[in-house]
Amino acid sequence: MEVLMSIVVGILISAAVYLMLSRSLLRIIIGTGLLSHGAHLLILTMGGLKTGAAPLLGENAKVYVDPLPQALILTAIVISFGVTSFFLVLAYRSYQELGTDDMDQLRGNDQYE
Amino acid sequence: MSLLHVAILSPFLFAILVPFLYKYFRKIHTGWFVLVLPVLLFAYFTQFISSNMNGETIKQTANWIPSLGINFTAYIDGLGLLFALLITGIGALVILYSIYYLSKEKEQLNTFYVYLLMFMGAMLGVVLSDNLIVLYTFWEFTSLSSFLLIGYWYKREKSRYGAQKSMLITIFGGLLMLGGFIMLYMMTNTFSIREIIEKVPEISQHELFIPALVLILFGAFTKSAQFPFYIWLPDAMEAPTPVSAYLHSATMVKAGIYIVARFSPVFAGTPEWFWIVSAFGIFTMFWGSFNAVKQTDLKSILAFSTVSQLGMIMSMLGVGSAALAIDSIDNSVYTVATLAAVFHLINHATFKGSLFMVVGIVDHETGTRDIRKLGGLMSFMPITFTISIIGAFSMAGLPPFNGFLSKEMFFTSMIRILEMDVFNLETLGLLFPIIAWIGSIFTFIYSMVLVFKTFTGKYQPEKLEKKPHEAPIGMLISPIILASLVIIFFFFPNILAYTIIEPAMASIIPGLLGDENHFHVHIYAWHGFSIELFMTLGVIALGVLGYFFLRKWRGVYNLVPEKLALNKGYDAALYTLDKSTFKITRFYMTGFIRDYLAIIFTFFILILGTTLILTDGFSFSLKGTAPIGIYEAVLAVVMVIGTITVLFAKSRLTAIIALGSVGYSLSLFFVVFRAPDLALTQLLVETVSVALFLLCFYHLPEFKKKEKKLNFKLTNLIISLGVGAIVTLIALSANSQRVSETISTYFIENSYKLAGGKNMVNVILVDFRGFDTLFEIAVLGIAGLGIYSMIRLKVRKGEEG
Repeated sequence: MEVLMSIVVGILISAAVYLMLSRSLLRIIIGTGLLSHGAHLLILTMGGLKTGAAPLLGENAKVYVDPLPQALILTAIVISFGVTSFFLVLAYRSYQELGTDDMDQLRGNDQYE
Repeated sequence: MSLLHVAILSPFLFAILVPFLYKYFRKIHTGWFVLVLPVLLFAYFTQFISSNMNGETIKQTANWIPSLGINFTAYIDGLGLLFALLITGIGALVILYSIYYLSKEKEQLNTFYVYLLMFMGAMLGVVLSDNLIVLYTFWEFTSLSSFLLIGYWYKREKSRYGAQKSMLITIFGGLLMLGGFIMLYMMTNTFSIREIIEKVPEISQHELFIPALVLILFGAFTKSAQFPFYIWLPDAMEAPTPVSAYLHSATMVKAGIYIVARFSPVFAGTPEWFWIVSAFGIFTMFWGSFNAVKQTDLKSILAFSTVSQLGMIMSMLGVGSAALAIDSIDNSVYTVATLAAVFHLINHATFKGSLFMVVGIVDHETGTRDIRKLGGLMSFMPITFTISIIGAFSMAGLPPFNGFLSKEMFFTSMIRILEMDVFNLETLGLLFPIIAWIGSIFTFIYSMVLVFKTFTGKYQPEKLEKKPHEAPIGMLISPIILASLVIIFFFFPNILAYTIIEPAMASIIPGLLGDENHFHVHIYAWHGFSIELFMTLGVIALGVLGYFFLRKWRGVYNLVPEKLALNKGYDAALYTLDKSTFKITRFYMTGFIRDYLAIIFTFFILILGTTLILTDGFSFSLKGTAPIGIYEAVLAVVMVIGTITVLFAKSRLTAIIALGSVGYSLSLFFVVFRAPDLALTQLLVETVSVALFLLCFYHLPEFKKKEKKLNFKLTNLIISLGVGAIVTLIALSANSQRVSETISTYFIENSYKLAGGKNMVNVILVDFRGFDTLFEIAVLGIAGLGIYSMIRLKVRKGEEG
């Protein structure tokens, strides 16, 4: 199972990197979204996907899944959500002000000659 | 802090006062106030002569950074005292001269004297410091103050060029020298030169010994304008003439000589030291005098002659060092080179100082320094002419001037090389006297050019800006004093012998002290009909011929030096460095964020990939992995389809929805992998995110028409596939090599016992690891505030900044 998940993570991250290398700002944001999905899935996979009960003591099971990676992912989800929404609004504002979302046109103009 | 420390630092302290004196006593030339200090210092230092004669040294320590062994240790021995007397004595004369040379009305006297005092203090610090780091500190102060003085007339382009050049070259050498000092410290664990000398037998086989030697010589050679680093000195002639006289003939350029002499007890006796110092010295001697003949500017002639004379002193120090390698009992014959070096050091300071002042007078009274415009000034300036005759004849090595004595001794020491039985000198050694002799012929020629082209020949009033007349008496005092010293030292050389020279020699070659701790330093003007005398006669004969037929053989210069012009090399190197660094920067600082990302990702791949390969880190095992269920497989396929849809989406709406589908499949994964809280959060967050995307949808730009089919770029594809592959490989390896068990058993056991909660994830979030949550809340708060302010706060055009 972990092998399959590692490959899925690899695909997610490849797609994310490809999107981040594109010119459109919106694609870059979508890329970061995919990247965080990949990272979260990776944390979960690396914690081990052994079968066991959900981490709720009420289940009275013998084996539980590892609760620690879940806590870490929960924190990461919230933080990446905050950053993504900030980034999205930033893109929206820069499009409003600058009239373009083409990263090539958003080049700095501090030329040294 | 002792009186000695105060004396060394007094120029710095006095420099603080100078601007006030300049501002509040406008009627009096500021130089008069400044003059007091070097005179006092000179008097102060003369009192050490008698104690030094008896072989006593003075050592005073003031703590600076004791924990690092860096203390301001002032140390007076023969060598340091000789230099201190030169610095303060010539310093006083130069300041006196500058009072008449620099106009009170036209020049910024305050800055001039501040720089000059700074230089004087720095120089005193260099020669009287026993601690390497303190020495280096003062050393860089001399570079800095020299830079400021060369660029004194900063509105002239050439001044700035010369200042920059000298700065770059001397700082380059200075930094290398610091490296050498640090190596010495690594070998001996002390910064004190005294203690290093005591430890020499232990370290002479150390692997850092030779690197330290070479690095320290770099510092000495750059400062003392040895080949090929002499190129800064002719350009430093843009400084006011008093500065040239002081810094670039008598003192600063001798700092390198000082370093070589000072470190002789450490390094001398090794063949490397001998060969580097004497070979570079003798070649510099020849090259400087050869080039001096072709100069047409008086100061340039003097600059190249300084280079040549410094090379001569350097070569004598090198040859003198060989005496330490000779085991024979009576090596006092070989110490003559060291004696000659010290003696010529003094002589050079006297005659070169006076010559620079003479040139300054000519420049001041005629308005030009070009020998093609000058001539026949003898009758206008008889005193100046006399002084220059004395200086130039002494430089050429003629009797009855002190240059004769030291040149004879120079020849003696070069001839003695042939008798030395070390370092292959029986064969290669023959080159030394020959080069020395040829160099001396050129020295003779340019000395004659200097005097006779200026003062004799045809008077050309139409080419001069001013009507020439004799200089004011105040301007003449200093050169007259120096010129009389030139003659006095010839007739009474022995007033220097045991007072100054012998203690200095004792510092340079301490291992060779003869009977009763004394050297045999009696200096004679007359050696009898020895080979040296015939060499001098030959120099005079060929020199006179060379001078009279100068026009005939001048063409030689058109052939040789253009190709060997080191200045062009320096300029080209500087230009190329500038251009190529610019090019390199332009190459990777493109301004495209995509390029930077590509570079970052490429290095990510390269570094992790090579680490994986080099450490043989990849491993793959299925041990302990969970079996693949049907749900997970289906979900994985769905997720991959969603991802690919995002990639190939033609419209932004499709892309956003596909991104949402990936997020929802992730939350389904969380369900399958038994993470209810995660599934819940992911579902919510994904919903809100997609909503946000859609909210901005109408304001966000359409995908570019031409970009509709996403710009397919092979490099981007390769990079992204590479990153994905690396992540997968590392994930697989990490999964296959678990090193320790999870710590989560603790959480499972204690969630209820200690925290009273049954939902372990929530207990971890708010109880075991509550701090994470606190700051995650802070992140959300900041993001919210940021978004709010971004939308609300708008700067209208024209209001920026």
